[in-house]
Amino acid sequence: MSIVKLEVNGKTHEVDVDPSTPLLYVLRNDLDLRGPHFGCGLGQCGVCSVIIDGNSVRSCLLPVSAVKGAITTLEGLSKDGKLHPLQQAWIDEQAPQCGYCQNGQIMTAKALLDRNPNPTDAEIRTAMEGILCRCMTYYRIQAAIKRAARGTATASVEAAQ
Amino acid sequence: MSTSLSLPQAVEDALLGADVTTSRRNFLKASGALVVTLSVGVVPGASVLAAAAPGPYVDPDFRQLDTWIVIHPDNTATFYVGKTDGGQGTGTAFRQMMCDELDIAYDKTSLVMGCTDVTPDQGGSGGSDAVERDGWPMRRVAAEARRTLLDLGSQRLGVPVEQLVVGNATIALKSDPAKQVTYAELIGGKRFNVALTGRNVDATTGVAKVKPVNELRVVGQSLKRYDIPGKVDGSLKWAVDVKLPGMVHARNIRPPFAGASLVKIDESSVAGVPGFIRVVSRGNYVAVVCEREEQAIRAARQLKVEWKKPAAAPFPASSELFTYIRNATPTSSSEPEIVGAPDAAFASAARVVEAEYEIPFQGHTAIGPAFALADPSNGQMTIYSNDMKSYGLRNGVAKFLDMPREQVRVVYMDGPQVYGRTAADDAGFEAAFLAKEMGRPVRLQWMREEETAWDTKGPPYVFKLRGGLDASGKVVALEYDARAVDFNHLGYNEPETVLIAQLMGKRPQPAKGGAETPSVMYGIPNRRMTASVVGLPMIWETPLRTGNLRDPNGPQVTFAFEAFIDELAVAAKADPVQFRLDMIAASAEDEGFRRARSLAVVNAAAKAYGWTARPAPAPRSEKGEVLTGRGISYTYRNFTVAATIAEVEVNTQTGRVWVKRLVCAHDCGLVINPEGLHHTVECGMLHGLSRALWEEVQFDTEKVTSTNWATHPSFRHGDTPERIDVVLVNGDPNPRRTDLAPYGAGETSHKPMIAAVANAIFDATGVRIRRAPFRKERVLAALKAAGKGTAA
Ligand code: FES
Ligand code: FES
Repeated sequence: MSIVKLEVNGKTHEVDVDPSTPLLYVLRNDLDLRGPHFGCGLGQCGVCSVIIDGNSVRSCLLPVSAVKGAITTLEGLSKDGKLHPLQQAWIDEQAPQCGYCQNGQIMTAKALLDRNPNPTDAEIRTAMEGILCRCMTYYRIQAAIKRAARGTATASVEAAQ
Repeated sequence: MSTSLSLPQAVEDALLGADVTTSRRNFLKASGALVVTLSVGVVPGASVLAAAAPGPYVDPDFRQLDTWIVIHPDNTATFYVGKTDGGQGTGTAFRQMMCDELDIAYDKTSLVMGCTDVTPDQGGSGGSDAVERDGWPMRRVAAEARRTLLDLGSQRLGVPVEQLVVGNATIALKSDPAKQVTYAELIGGKRFNVALTGRNVDATTGVAKVKPVNELRVVGQSLKRYDIPGKVDGSLKWAVDVKLPGMVHARNIRPPFAGASLVKIDESSVAGVPGFIRVVSRGNYVAVVCEREEQAIRAARQLKVEWKKPAAAPFPASSELFTYIRNATPTSSSEPEIVGAPDAAFASAARVVEAEYEIPFQGHTAIGPAFALADPSNGQMTIYSNDMKSYGLRNGVAKFLDMPREQVRVVYMDGPQVYGRTAADDAGFEAAFLAKEMGRPVRLQWMREEETAWDTKGPPYVFKLRGGLDASGKVVALEYDARAVDFNHLGYNEPETVLIAQLMGKRPQPAKGGAETPSVMYGIPNRRMTASVVGLPMIWETPLRTGNLRDPNGPQVTFAFEAFIDELAVAAKADPVQFRLDMIAASAEDEGFRRARSLAVVNAAAKAYGWTARPAPAPRSEKGEVLTGRGISYTYRNFTVAATIAEVEVNTQTGRVWVKRLVCAHDCGLVINPEGLHHTVECGMLHGLSRALWEEVQFDTEKVTSTNWATHPSFRHGDTPERIDVVLVNGDPNPRRTDLAPYGAGETSHKPMIAAVANAIFDATGVRIRRAPFRKERVLAALKAAGKGTAA
């Protein structure tokens, strides 16, 4: 075990873990985050995704000691009680079914829109290709990404109720 | 009101707050007691929960109104139902139905589901029966609560019930609406103490009648699902998020070969793993327990275990599966269903068409591997699980561990989707066993390879079909013979057949299993239908266990049948839509107006698609690399009918099939939430597409070799159609009937997909592919064999 410093959602944490521990288990079990999920542990499904320095990264494979940069998780997307436009678009489109994969969908979509605010349909498909959903909510997810990109998502939390 | 009542937090509190569940149980016991409202007594979002509330966990009495509905002092209500919601919006639908009957606004209510000691046993989920069957007692008890409140209101206001109006949980005088009393003022925080009747939970009723359809206001609205905000902002507490004091982590170690027996475990091989606590094993079941999750994963990988292979191969390789099925002696066969005189009709038919169809094992392969957390504190057993049948899990575990039922409970929480009998059952038993062994809460999650290889599978089938046409192209005879590998089909949460029980050597009488005949709504005058079950050499401790997978036989049977109907239409040179319409119109059956409703959905699908009549395949002059075609498939499940049209692009160079457009016309009677229904239908179709295009469990003669998303590919973003149209149809001959019933929607749209795609591929290419899934290598090989592939 050794002390590892992590910056997550704007806060600095120190955790005492084996440095080879994949980031996912630290986020979930030490920092009590509920966004990233365990799906395969193989880098194949994307449900464990977090954003590190603007890139969507699979936390199930990344040793915690190798993390260089600030981490954002699903919980960190909303600002001052306001949902991120993607989250609002997800609600407007009623995208999830079970929801277990949606962390990976939203985080990957965020990384996409941050570097390409107006993606084409083909670019959306390519960027999202590696994020699986076994409830098959893909059609709604793509609609939600387009909605957020158009900036038509209503930005109020109230509308979520 | 507190907005939290409409959010999952309230549900989380209700399920996880030890104080809250205790007070809920006390409330159900003690007459006239004040109920502790949901938000009291828990720290919202507390990550480490108090130890489980001590039992006994007595069954909530479904014949008591208080079991179902509580009115709070702030004039809000909580509904308690014995169902679960895997993300198809059934929870939202239940609330809508109950709000309507109770006359309370939707956002003034919350719903608690599937927690065995605080919600009545409605069996959890399955069979698309949520709204169709279980919604009825919910409506009736809510109507009874309204009736009771009206009586109380009449006493309080001193006028007869006839002179009162109800709305928004408030009762007022018709003549003077200022004179009013709220539900809370009448009963807030107190018990109704109203007894209900009914020989079983499905029949639960009071004396009040439910409202006629034309008086429903909340039903029929596209209200947003209450569970979604927590799923997109990261605030929802999932079953996998529960943490308990003293909790440890476990991982299973599965036999590397099916049927292998355990020889020796070398515990010293993991002694050095940090956090290692113990290896637990019994029979061929082996697990490791560690302080932390990643440690358990590491120890499970590192543990040296010696296994002995079984004497004979447990199953043929998947490449030999269909040959095996054809040559096997069935373990059982159904009585042939014979209508008319099929032999004579075939003998005099102008033309006879024959074809065989094949579909392999397909899996549930949930996005999150099976999970359960079991807590043995207080000499009880609490299991936190997303199992869709939480009540069955509770009963099964009690038997398995030989504990009184009253000492076992299951707390249902959100998790990855479970369409049927999944490994969530198995994980619940394993976690409970480990927790009992360890005397501490044990959190268990399966690994990806374990989930994909060992979860229960939908049965593979071989079909033989024959059809006879007369000179005018009318179908006069049909023969259907199906064989499914389904011997020892597993039930839900059976203490003797869950995987851990099998690995420990339990050998109950194997289940017969079943093979199905199609849901035929076609007026074919002469037919013979037979279905047989075959078994694999090894039926216990096998990863090729069959269990219910979303409409357990429907997608397979409908694939063969509706694709073959298309072959008959081709032989008759008929338009496939008109061909079906004619046969449906000729049907003598019309239970639930299914004939009229079937005609309506086929017509509606054709109209929405813009279908122009012509026989398949599409005439084409161009020699393009990408060919386009369309295919229709129609089916029903119970009383829900659906017609689906798929438009495909087939790349003749690569064999890739892209379903570009989908149309589904769907009639499930009364629609509770149109938008929610759209979504469910849509996702059901895409899940069907995944089975049509990708899903296939492969194995050699020792083990399943489809173990992850690379070796077991699934549908992805890039496969998604560019346009999906869902048309909600009400084809009832009397569409405004005030007793219009709602039917299930969780599976029907899933059922016709494989056939629709097969038919569209034929329309595009003129090549009939009779073996699912239509992966590109298979399609390309078929195109080449027919001389239709184009060189790259
Ligand atoms: S869990 Fe990390 S990619 Fe699947
Ligand atoms: S919403 Fe269930 S897996 Fe994506």
